[in-house]
Amino acid sequence: MSDVTTTEQAVDAEHGHEHEELSFWRQYMFSLDHKVIGIQYAVTGLLFLLFGFGLMMIMRWQIAYPFQPIPLIGGLLGESRAPGGVMLPEFYNQLGAMHGTIMVFLGVVPLAVGGFGNFVVPLQIGAPDMAFPKLNMMSYWAFFLGGVVMISSFFVPGGAANSGWTSYAPLSVFATTGQTIWLIGMIFLITSSLLGALNFLVTIIQLRAPGLSFMRLPFFVWAQLVTGFLLLLAFPPLEAAGVLQLMDRVVGTSFFMPSGLVYADAPADFSGGGTPLLWQHLFWFLAHPEVYVLILPAMGIVTEILANNTRKPIWGYRVLIASLIFLGFMSFIVWAHHMFMTGMGTTMSSFFQTTTMIISIPSVVILSAMFLTLYGASIRFTTPMLFALAFIPMFGIGGLTGLPLGLAAPDIHLHDTYYVIGHFHYVVAPGTLLALFGGIYYWFPKATGRMMGDLLGKIHFWGSFIAINVVFMPMFIQGLSGMNRRMADGGTQYTMNQDVLVWNTVISWGAWALAFFQIFFIINFFWSIKKGRKASNNPWNATTLEWQAPSPPPHGNFLTPPQAHRGPYEYSVPGAQTDFVMQGDADGPTTEPAKV
Amino acid sequence: MDIPYTVAERPDTGVNNVKLGIWLFLASEVMLFGGLFSTYVLLRLMAVEWPFGSDVLNVPMGTFNTAVLIGSSVTMVFAYASLKMDDLARFKKFMAMTIGLSLVFMVVKGFEYSHEFDIGNFPSTSTYLAIYFTMTGLHALHIIGGIIVNSYFLGPGSKMWETNKAQFTNRIEAAGLYWHFVDLVWIFLFPILYLL
Repeated sequence: MSDVTTTEQAVDAEHGHEHEELSFWRQYMFSLDHKVIGIQYAVTGLLFLLFGFGLMMIMRWQIAYPFQPIPLIGGLLGESRAPGGVMLPEFYNQLGAMHGTIMVFLGVVPLAVGGFGNFVVPLQIGAPDMAFPKLNMMSYWAFFLGGVVMISSFFVPGGAANSGWTSYAPLSVFATTGQTIWLIGMIFLITSSLLGALNFLVTIIQLRAPGLSFMRLPFFVWAQLVTGFLLLLAFPPLEAAGVLQLMDRVVGTSFFMPSGLVYADAPADFSGGGTPLLWQHLFWFLAHPEVYVLILPAMGIVTEILANNTRKPIWGYRVLIASLIFLGFMSFIVWAHHMFMTGMGTTMSSFFQTTTMIISIPSVVILSAMFLTLYGASIRFTTPMLFALAFIPMFGIGGLTGLPLGLAAPDIHLHDTYYVIGHFHYVVAPGTLLALFGGIYYWFPKATGRMMGDLLGKIHFWGSFIAINVVFMPMFIQGLSGMNRRMADGGTQYTMNQDVLVWNTVISWGAWALAFFQIFFIINFFWSIKKGRKASNNPWNATTLEWQAPSPPPHGNFLTPPQAHRGPYEYSVPGAQTDFVMQGDADGPTTEPAKV
Repeated sequence: MDIPYTVAERPDTGVNNVKLGIWLFLASEVMLFGGLFSTYVLLRLMAVEWPFGSDVLNVPMGTFNTAVLIGSSVTMVFAYASLKMDDLARFKKFMAMTIGLSLVFMVVKGFEYSHEFDIGNFPSTSTYLAIYFTMTGLHALHIIGGIIVNSYFLGPGSKMWETNKAQFTNRIEAAGLYWHFVDLVWIFLFPILYLL
């Protein structure tokens, strides 16, 4: 009972505090409140996504119209990057490396985990805040600093990192100063992720409201829990790898430098004895679980929106959670399927292609459960629901096109082609990003107290949905015909590419159309903050605990300490007065079996 | 704002937030050093020649340092136990000893490093020396971090004892767990780098 009283006292204390003016810095910049930090993460993440997308749009010009002056911004890029507005291949490489790094580490992860995780998780588990608020603030600022370091690398001599987001050695060890800055930036980002993951795990395990057992947690919280474990355990080996590469670059060690290496027609000045494969193993040991870090929060968001808009419990809650845990576990033992072409040997390849085929099973289970949730439902086609519905086929395409890459033999043909780009972007861009947009539309009323505009939202959805498929679908055609990725001239120099070069232009125009439709989102976002329709506490008639708090929730979140009395998705329960019964309602029917 | 279970244990999980947090942190540290230990194994397996640690490094100094670090772990336990016995003065004595011993460790390590540099053994000389300097260097950074945290608890941080004894004791327990982990890493580092 004592903890209930403490929460009550906390709430009372907060009510007293509400009128007390915190300074601007304490309230918005260095806030300890998980909601403010979540919004900081989300907004920063969205800005980095826009920036990373901007880099890609410049690259798309170069691919579609190789070595023609870049319109509009070509003159602003500077002589060292694009003399006379014509992009140098070196600058193209920088853009490629930084696009990947920014989108993954500064865009999607901060938005999906830092943003949604911070804002939604404590509310959904009925907690007053995260377990360690100061740590939470520190992880945001470590992330922000990492971002600043990354961006600043564009301005050092030689420009930003240019060895791809994977930073394969020995190329990256010989690269210009930008690579050192990249490594330092990564160490900040990794530290931030570690602190954040630790905080999420403790929060979810320790701060669940009374009655909210693990098997009553919303699926989104489960997804964040597994994501937390992936971040906590997969990132440190990359930190180790980062330290080793920093040693190679700065101190001159040979962790990744083999004996007898020749660089620029001269023996490289290294003792040798290391191996580039070591970097790849350490890198992919993080970077494969990272794929699930990108996708699991999106799955969580989609599940919440699906249950809410089909007005049905999600299909197979327990099976979903079992698949999720299995997926998390398996994601640690599939990493070398990125390395079939490195000559690591057929025994290794056989092992990793087997585990890769196994990991597709829980993914298919999750996708099927989402699909089956739709069966027989009278679906509300709200804006968030459109995004959630789009996620299912998009992730499906992304997943299924991954199967040929996961088998060592077809990978020989497809490796390093546009097919790979198409595959992983279908998972992360039309998959995760559409889900994240859906999540923004879904929780926006909770964060601001106002709804986002429906018409603008639907234009944003249909425009983005069509444009994003125009961007990524032709990449499968290009890739299957053997067109390589990472070519600064868009592949024009190869005879075999001539038949598929026409798609370069189509894709580029698709990308610019995609950018155009984001304008509707940006307008909608800012307009709705000021002028949007006022939202009630529970505008979607949802069941989970966050909708019990006021919109927007005050400092301390809940007016009375919440308590969970049932599972998370009690929609259309027979005998209930409404088609939803909230998790915090003490009375009313339930579909949960009676406790013995 | 009061966050539940910062001090008291949550009944169904049996831990408080700090203890769970520090154990999760240590799990991530295991993965960090795990990455480096696997690097060591890989480099050694593929090396054409790999020196015996005892031919390159000073084993007596390493042994002495091992004893010093284990000793500091013991005094750390005594420091924590003193708080449990409600004796702040005794805590301060043992905490000061812990910090003192860790400084001794760092000084000895400094002598070892400078000796290697004097005879021309640099990280760039061979992969053995590279992994030696990287692992012990990262370990030394962990020691420095521990010294900073422990000094804070000995000095300004100990004011919390007057306002919230239970929370302060929890903090020392967490700091202790971290310290034992740093000690444990060394117990693995010493044989693989000095003896084998």
